[in-house]
Amino acid sequence: MTISRSDVTVENVVQAVVAGHRGQRGSLLPILHAIQAELGYVPQEAIPVLADELNLSRADVHGVVTFYHDFRREPAGHTTVRICRAEACQALGANNLVGYVREAGLSLGETAADGSVTVEQVFCLGNCALGPSVEANGRLYGRVDTAQLGSILNGTVS
Amino acid sequence: MMKVSSDSAVTVYVPRDSAARSVGADKVADALQRAAASGEFAIDVVRNGSRGMLWLEPLVEVATPNGRVGYGPVAPSDVEGLLAAGMLDGADHPLRLGVVDELPWLARQTRVTFARVGVTDPLSTQDYLRHGGLVGLRAALERAPADVVTEVTESGLRGRGGAGFPAGIKWKTVLECTDELKFVCCNADEGDSGTFADRMVMEGDPFMLIEGMTIAAHAVGASEGYIYIRSEYPDAVATMRSAIEIAREHGWLGTHILGSALDFDLHIRVGAGAYICGEETSMLESLEGKRGTVRAKPPIPAIEGLFGKPTVVNNVLTLATVPTVLANGAKAYQELGVERSRGTQVFQLGGNIAHGGIVETAFGVTLRELVEDYGGGTFSGRPVRTVQVGGPLGAYLPTSMFDLPMDYEAFAAVGAMVGHGGIVVFDDSVDMAAQARFAMEFCAEESCGKCTPCRVGSVRGVEVIDKIVAGQQRDENLALLEDLCDLMTDGSLCAMGGLTPMPVRSAITHFPDDFLARDRGQEIQPTQASGARTEGTA
Repeated sequence: MTISRSDVTVENVVQAVVAGHRGQRGSLLPILHAIQAELGYVPQEAIPVLADELNLSRADVHGVVTFYHDFRREPAGHTTVRICRAEACQALGANNLVGYVREAGLSLGETAADGSVTVEQVFCLGNCALGPSVEANGRLYGRVDTAQLGSILNGTVS
Repeated sequence: MMKVSSDSAVTVYVPRDSAARSVGADKVADALQRAAASGEFAIDVVRNGSRGMLWLEPLVEVATPNGRVGYGPVAPSDVEGLLAAGMLDGADHPLRLGVVDELPWLARQTRVTFARVGVTDPLSTQDYLRHGGLVGLRAALERAPADVVTEVTESGLRGRGGAGFPAGIKWKTVLECTDELKFVCCNADEGDSGTFADRMVMEGDPFMLIEGMTIAAHAVGASEGYIYIRSEYPDAVATMRSAIEIAREHGWLGTHILGSALDFDLHIRVGAGAYICGEETSMLESLEGKRGTVRAKPPIPAIEGLFGKPTVVNNVLTLATVPTVLANGAKAYQELGVERSRGTQVFQLGGNIAHGGIVETAFGVTLRELVEDYGGGTFSGRPVRTVQVGGPLGAYLPTSMFDLPMDYEAFAAVGAMVGHGGIVVFDDSVDMAAQARFAMEFCAEESCGKCTPCRVGSVRGVEVIDKIVAGQQRDENLALLEDLCDLMTDGSLCAMGGLTPMPVRSAITHFPDDFLARDRGQEIQPTQASGARTEGTA
């Protein structure tokens, strides 16, 4: 894990985010989303700070962070590509896209060694009539074939 | 929102729906804007919701004196030629579809919940009011809460999230609680594959959901509401957030709503990629900032829900249908449908289908009508082999059952469920053993882990199916799988473990040949099959 910021910075970020969510009921999820938006992931050092700020145990915070697929424990690649592997996209060959990714030397859930891209699986992007669907850096693509996926992985499709 | 256009400018609609955007709607809109900016054409581009004819996206509509004329699917490179051909006058072109409202696919439907979706600019309050917005809320505010609950009960409106529980009965329970603080929660964690209607409502007609939740608040005496939207829907999150801001500015939310005594405010909460949070008690845990583990019932959320307070939890489509019920009366809604399935259902055609999208029609329509007449068969052009109805926990049905009418009870009678009306089509290249295995794999991946039948049973299910397909003690392992399915059905805490056996069993019952050993080069379904079987993370 590479941490480009010092512990103090993580602490500051977490405290600022928590302060921005005061008064909200059950605010841990919005806070974690905000921390990840700020830092790109939820660093280990954020957990004790959150526990302290929110009057929770470290175990409680750790439990929440690790329960949800969205929260990263380490930074993602420059591009994050998520391939839908749910039934509607399976029916249109989503597994061919997964196979293509493997042939490109990448594996689901991991970041390329050069940090360029993280490829993940996702179960349903809500684009079930125009599958197979892929999301890249928050942008949704429908009717994706291996050629288009290749362009997305190379960052040539914006 | 406020469009001040010169008299000569022609209104051209390009959907902002994320499905339309996924196939290039933004670039089409940009091309039209550029043409307008060049001064050559007078165009007023409006980003509407989607009409739900998703295979035609991006579907561009031009307002003409004869109605809105559609062109689609339009690629960005088509725009120049369309404009040159006289698209702004509704002129002929190979992509011209005709007047959109008269297209048979749309004209045959009964659009109640989806009446405005695709027609209006989703964030225009003027459009909303012009198309019947707030009529239901105004009607509700003139009546006592108990009367509103009665109206909803009498309409026969059932929860659209899948379980089909009568909405009015839930509301009555919350109304009768005397607590000071009550909540209305909208479950917008639409995680089931093959469903996208909630997303399309939030992106295409967000004020309708706000109106429905406000009516619910008045009916049960709630002051605070939450919409729990899955993180996979960033466009829906953004549109709902904007709509809530606008609603507050217009006094549609906040204190003294529309001049009445009602105080109600609404908040968006974004999920974090956990399928299980679509289960209502798990969603409540998540809203409280905890792990999304399922709660045991009782107590039911209507009595002890969010933060232990009485809580209405309804799906997007349920709440979005409430304004219509109040505006037109229970009777008008009741008259649609069959048996105990009243009103309309929003069917969602997806997967390997030629004409996928939204078909809102009265209950009782058959699978054949949906898949063949509306859907036009498969996208691949190969024969249909099966459809999965009601999401990843729904049954796989063979074409021999396509005359089954879509209603809750008829489906339940054959070991299937209508659920939320999502229909995923597969062609004859599908390997049903792989699909059964996937059902177990998905359950293993997404189980909250609280109860053993679901957490462990799903992992064992994957292993047993692997053994069956490998031809290891096939009969014994089929019996074991059957037993495991019984245990998961009867012993799981919620529908995740409880219904995972449904797709598994239906695959075995209707497609037994796919579960034969295939070790000696005896591949049953060649193409996708083997890849899918060796796939997996469970």
